[in-house]
Amino acid sequence: MKYVDEYRDRKMADKIVTEIHRTVTRPWAIMEVCGGQTHSIVKYGIDYLLPKEVELVHGPGCPVCVTPLEMIDRAHAIARRPDVIFCSFGDMLRVPGSNGDLFQVKAGGADVRIVYSPLDCLRIAVANPSRKVVFFAIGFETTAPANAMAVWQARAQGIRNFSALVSHVLVPPAIAGILEAPENRVQAFLGPGHVCAVMGYREYEPIAPRYRTPIVVTGFEPLDLLEGTLMAVRQLEQGRAEVENQYGRAVSPEGNLDAQRMIRRVFEVCDRGWRGIGVIPNSGYRLNDDFRDHDAERIFELGFIHAPEPPICISGQVLRGLKKPHDCPAFGCECTPQSPLGATMVSAEGACAAYYNYGRHLVTLPSQ
Amino acid sequence: MCLAIPGKIVELEEKSCMRMGRIDYGGITREACLEYIADPQIGEYVMVHVGFAISKVDAEEAARTYQYLAEMDQLEEIAAPEPEP
Amino acid sequence: MSTSFILSCPLPMTQHKTIVLGHGSGGRLTAQLVQDLFLPAFDNPALRKLDDQAVLNVAPGRIAVTTDSYVVTPLFFPGGDIGRLAVNGTVNDLAMSGARPLYLTAAFIIEEGLPLEDLRRVTQSMSEAAAEASVAVVTGDTKVVNRGCADRLFITTAGVGLVPDGISISASNARTGDVVIVSGPIGDHGITIWSTREGIDFAGGLKSDTAPLHALVETMIRAGDVHVLRDPTRGGLGTSLCEIAASSSMGIELDANAVPVREEVTAACEILGMDPMFVANEGRLVAMVAESSAERVLRAMRRLPHGRDACRIGRVVAEHAGMVLVKTEVGGSRILDVPFAEQLPRIC
Repeated sequence: MKYVDEYRDRKMADKIVTEIHRTVTRPWAIMEVCGGQTHSIVKYGIDYLLPKEVELVHGPGCPVCVTPLEMIDRAHAIARRPDVIFCSFGDMLRVPGSNGDLFQVKAGGADVRIVYSPLDCLRIAVANPSRKVVFFAIGFETTAPANAMAVWQARAQGIRNFSALVSHVLVPPAIAGILEAPENRVQAFLGPGHVCAVMGYREYEPIAPRYRTPIVVTGFEPLDLLEGTLMAVRQLEQGRAEVENQYGRAVSPEGNLDAQRMIRRVFEVCDRGWRGIGVIPNSGYRLNDDFRDHDAERIFELGFIHAPEPPICISGQVLRGLKKPHDCPAFGCECTPQSPLGATMVSAEGACAAYYNYGRHLVTLPSQ
Repeated sequence: MCLAIPGKIVELEEKSCMRMGRIDYGGITREACLEYIADPQIGEYVMVHVGFAISKVDAEEAARTYQYLAEMDQLEEIAAPEPEP
Repeated sequence: MSTSFILSCPLPMTQHKTIVLGHGSGGRLTAQLVQDLFLPAFDNPALRKLDDQAVLNVAPGRIAVTTDSYVVTPLFFPGGDIGRLAVNGTVNDLAMSGARPLYLTAAFIIEEGLPLEDLRRVTQSMSEAAAEASVAVVTGDTKVVNRGCADRLFITTAGVGLVPDGISISASNARTGDVVIVSGPIGDHGITIWSTREGIDFAGGLKSDTAPLHALVETMIRAGDVHVLRDPTRGGLGTSLCEIAASSSMGIELDANAVPVREEVTAACEILGMDPMFVANEGRLVAMVAESSAERVLRAMRRLPHGRDACRIGRVVAEHAGMVLVKTEVGGSRILDVPFAEQLPRIC
């Protein structure tokens, strides 16, 4: 595959790894924000190629795992209704709410369907005029243009039986939140490449100097992650704190203006709860008033849903890189990928899940 | 977040008043919405996420940075980092 | 005036285009189905007797027995159908012990309303697959359930084979230094099923790899010292390797760059965010073979159609017992771990 294979080239990877080894002189903690980047790091074993001075901290970059419990419960309640066809990306199907996950809701007789694109939901809605089609619209800014288009098209084409349950989260407030925490250890970020393809990276430009933290917008292939890490390490070693763009082939400073325009037409910024962290002000999108007729939260009046997080869970601190999964008393006991208590165990990319699957063997893996 | 895959535009069409395209990912082609791509051309590469192209792949930029990576060991002396005071 | 009623329909329908409940009742409709459809497809002396069981002569020695259920949707897909899967799958389960597959049973659970033509196609396919594999379907059963109570057609099989003396092939037999071999590119079946469901055409004509592997196994055993054989079906190659590592209490080292995957399968997996290592196959095997005979076994495999693309993908080691370690495409290291349930497409 073009623009994929060449970024997995072994010889090129070796060059960058050698350069990182050559450049680093002291320990640094670098956080990759995006769950897709975490997945790639784990899949290609990138952390094992890096010098021990460079620690990659896995960030809260998984909109799936940070979707608040209360929102998951809301989704399940809507899905259980007999007049509803509930559509979701595959990622959300195994996220547990207070009472099981969407698979279990489906096994109980609900009509739950996996979609690959929000536009699939419109086709389902047109084909099932007597049912209410609800789409679980989660994601970072990357997915917002697609979700916005589905809602926009629903209105333009008069598809009245389609609505979206929106739970978008935004990256810059999360990064700021992490940096604000007094015990923060993160010294540099690998910025989310595809979020920036949509939004550009201007928003990060005030953050880097304010917190003296380099931010390198990075892609997802192994060479991207290695090059991004190298650029971050160089900045750290040189005492710089700027925004740089490693992912120039897909990201421009201003981002995709057409996509941003559509986002502004359909969504508005709101406060959002992040599972395991709490409410971060102005860190989410919701449908604006113009689109209230397609807003599942308004259409299905479920009222306030109380969904307390289990007190033993420390995923908030793990997400921010303050604690490691092993520090949690529930890790591997009450809390496992099969019975997760919090965000970081829910998804395979969550730090606790990744540690559970790979980290328990860490001591036996070959060191570089 | 964000699984986005590069693919080549091989066909352009309008569907339900949306600019759509057939995208070739190397062995498989699928439809994607091109509404967020200004002036899409057949033969151009785009990054596709959940059935929507979110950016073009800048071929020149890709070639330039790949070239830089390829020559990295030759650039060692020039790009040596200055130690922090 | 008295009238006597004959309480049966004066003109019972005997020509059906679809399966009805009566076909599973054990009465005349069932018998008709057996005579018109199953018997011609599977014709053999044991089956012709139409007893409740098949009585067979089996040479002395160890027999291998297996059972499996087939519930695939859609029923028909490029490269095969549920019937072909049922025969090849059962043959392969037997072949993985080194057994010579001999006899199959086939029980059909049919949803009311299935077009008779579909059932005819499936049984014809099973007939062809059985002939290719030189096995006989010696007994069977038919049940019909109400509409909505089965997904069109379920097939359950049992298989019986004979294990030649001196053969000891098992997942627990991997030894230090064994070479790990796969018989061809992985993920074809799973991606074919997905794309058929989604209505996606592959330009290159990707199809299911369903195939009988007993001849390939026989060749491999004659050529060298085969310790382990597995056909990685659902759960994919990755799951099989993890199971073997655990069963044998050995470590496995895999070279990611050596695992063959077709371009279309790679592209589809990239789009879905799935790992080809955990995508289903139906006509591939993974083997652990003594190092000294690995080259001979590979050469022998490549002479047969179902082993043409056989290659080395790793080795068995004493370290990290029970774990599969992957040397990744860029030289990194990761542990292969079995997913909790089936892979789901992801966007994240």
